[in-house]
Amino acid sequence: MKLCNRSNLRVTSFALLLAMFSACSGTTTETAGSTTAVQTNGETITIYSGRNETLMSALFTQFSNETGVKLEVRYGDSGELAALLLTEGDKSPADIFFAQDAGALGAVESAGLLSPLPSDVTDAVDAKFRSKNGKWVATSGRARVLIYNPDLVASPPTSLDDLLDPKFEKKIGYAPSNASWQSFVTALRLTRGEAGARAWLTGLAANKPIAYEKNGAVRDAVNSGEISLGLINHYYLYELISKIGADKVVAKNHFFKDQDAGSLVNIAGVGVLASSKKTEAALSMVRYLLSVAGQSYFAGKTFEYPMTPGVIQFVSLPSLMELNSPPIDLADLKTIEETQELLERVGLLTK
Amino acid sequence: MSRVLRAPVAIVAPAMLAGVVALLPLIYLMDASLSQGFGAAVREIIDARTTILLIRTILLTLIVTTLCVMVGTINAWLVVRSSLPFRPVLLILLAMPLAIPSYLSAFAWVSWIPTMKGFFGASIVLTLASYPYVMLPVAAMLRSADPMLEDIARSLGVGAYSAILQVTLKQVAPAIWAGSLLVALYVVSDFGAVATMRLETFTWVIYGAYRAGFNPTRAATLALMLVALALLLILLEKRLRTRVSQRIGSGTARSTVRRAPLTVVAPASIIAITSLGFGIGVPLISSIRWARNGTATTDWSEVFGTIISSFWIGLLTGTATVLLALPVGILLARFKGPLANITEGSVFVTHSLPGVVVALSVVYLGINLVRPLYQQLPLLIFGQVIIFLPLVVGAVRTSIEQSRIALEDVSRSLGVSRMATIFRVTIPLAVPGIAAGGALAVLGAMKELPTTLILRPTSVETLATSIWKHSVVSDFGAVGPYAVALMFLAALPTALLSHVAVAKSVK
Repeated sequence: MKLCNRSNLRVTSFALLLAMFSACSGTTTETAGSTTAVQTNGETITIYSGRNETLMSALFTQFSNETGVKLEVRYGDSGELAALLLTEGDKSPADIFFAQDAGALGAVESAGLLSPLPSDVTDAVDAKFRSKNGKWVATSGRARVLIYNPDLVASPPTSLDDLLDPKFEKKIGYAPSNASWQSFVTALRLTRGEAGARAWLTGLAANKPIAYEKNGAVRDAVNSGEISLGLINHYYLYELISKIGADKVVAKNHFFKDQDAGSLVNIAGVGVLASSKKTEAALSMVRYLLSVAGQSYFAGKTFEYPMTPGVIQFVSLPSLMELNSPPIDLADLKTIEETQELLERVGLLTK
Repeated sequence: MSRVLRAPVAIVAPAMLAGVVALLPLIYLMDASLSQGFGAAVREIIDARTTILLIRTILLTLIVTTLCVMVGTINAWLVVRSSLPFRPVLLILLAMPLAIPSYLSAFAWVSWIPTMKGFFGASIVLTLASYPYVMLPVAAMLRSADPMLEDIARSLGVGAYSAILQVTLKQVAPAIWAGSLLVALYVVSDFGAVATMRLETFTWVIYGAYRAGFNPTRAATLALMLVALALLLILLEKRLRTRVSQRIGSGTARSTVRRAPLTVVAPASIIAITSLGFGIGVPLISSIRWARNGTATTDWSEVFGTIISSFWIGLLTGTATVLLALPVGILLARFKGPLANITEGSVFVTHSLPGVVVALSVVYLGINLVRPLYQQLPLLIFGQVIIFLPLVVGAVRTSIEQSRIALEDVSRSLGVSRMATIFRVTIPLAVPGIAAGGALAVLGAMKELPTTLILRPTSVETLATSIWKHSVVSDFGAVGPYAVALMFLAALPTALLSHVAVAKSVK
């Protein structure tokens, strides 16, 4: 609650969010109950979750309590779980794949392991943030931002190319081993082509950016004034605000909003395995993640973008549509391996 | 010991079974590698990038193995042959890097000196993590080697350094080669250190092919190349390994402890102090610092629960591995011949495979053949047995080779059957080696991350998986308690291992 008192985020919005959270969760249960209560109640479904236990376990418990569907959750790295699913093939014990990024979902989809989702599920999410074949949907969005320290940079650079200005030499932080950085570079390849991406990365490398182990460390370095700019995801700033209070946070997020890779909105998303024999119960989970209760959880706990309209998000964030994310098929983010090769060639991998 | 004996079926059958078990991952690898046709696999092999990877991996293996031979041999010599005080404790401490997972020590280094990422950092971390593989067998052999040869050399006017290099080193050469093979196979298969140091080696790319490339064909093809590389290393070691030199005098050899000149002890001590400070000091201090600076509140019941499950999984893996390794060790030590060579090769060849490959092989076999056991404890243990079998086989074999075959002959001459002799004489004599091998497997299982993550029963957490879980979210404070707990828990088998493996030498 410290978050609301101290932060510049409006207290009312958060309270409203909580109110809707509790009010609507009842409704969700009713809808799910009215159609599938007989088959799904007391059933156990297995989730392969690429999203971390510390962030997700409360949501999963909430789902089980409200729907009576029990969950077996197998946590892992999204990519590793995708590899596991590819190895298991149609004998997989998993009913649901809940992944941290679109690439992993895309890989499992193209192996033919996901079943099509009903239209009420796919229609709930903007076409940009779901599979073209209707086999997975985003459950929350994570926007790339340029985090900056206003004490050091009065007005942040307005495009990715401005970052190549020599005045930012050794002033830019990034997390080279992080999956979201690699997704960003993948988006760069998809929007600018191989040569264009390579040119930008070479320019960045010439500016000697500072490598950090994690996005959180980049954020902390910007906030403390160690560096001026950082290429990370939007929610790290809000994590810090909720942890130490808004008055201690100097750093600000800048959204490029220019359809370039810097405006990429990557997703966490979910799909139902074609081999699942408990499709109804699995779908009740998918619907729950997209319900107001599920969406509010992401907005409030992980500070991510909700994917369905009607869920209140923090007012200091530009809306999802305003972000102007690049017009790419998110499933194409699965070409991370090529990205790593490129990063190695320009010397940005081993830093 | 060149008597040719026909091995009893009761030894041959289980030993061959062990060989088959160890080779099981190859079934999956062949299938995955050829799933897109022979051409795709060949293209992967002749790819220019693969060549660069191969060169880089071989270079890293060469450098780390050389460094380990130097550090491991010097430390072993210091512990066995010098007159330093507290040598038994020193030996156990020097073996402690075995208790620290490479991903933890690499991370400790990187958070201390971020600029050491890359080839340099990976070489340092891997050397510190694996020199005990050379140190322990060399220390054991130094103990059993007759110091008289060195004395004779000295009496003939050879200097202290030259005597060690020309005489003692030759005596322990077999142990050095055996240790080097383990180090080399370890370097080739390790992922934790190269990932943290971000050095693109085979394992890095294999993991990448799975996790980022979603390309099992590529991963499997590269893994098969690792198997080929391992085969090469095994054959090389076999050629280089010479026969154990026997004592020259009769009677009991005199104590190996001697007053070595300071000019030798002093530089050796510096090496030992450096390996202690860098090998265990850096990771331990980092973990304690994470634990203390952590803002996250630690759930101690979870820490305790994971200690218990790590302990049990370690113990089960250790026991199962020893049972499977025993017949192989006996076969290799006592019934040398083509059959023994083939079994040895099969057991060691998959030791070069990274954990994720072995785990996915077990997934592939488990889900298709023994579905009810899938994601159950037995399959996790099975996967870990495949990984640690060679370590235990090595320990058992050495131990049996070193015990006196004459005692077995006496037993046979008294009318005891071959199998009864094995159970009543051979195995009891080799107990220290068997225990040391078991401890190696226990230790490995406690540290092993990818296999545990993929094969564990859903919702089972070990210390290693908890470290992983907490390190993924931003706060490292939460990792601290688990990291410290893992190091202390793994220190127990490490202490046992170093003690029994070289027990006599430090008494």
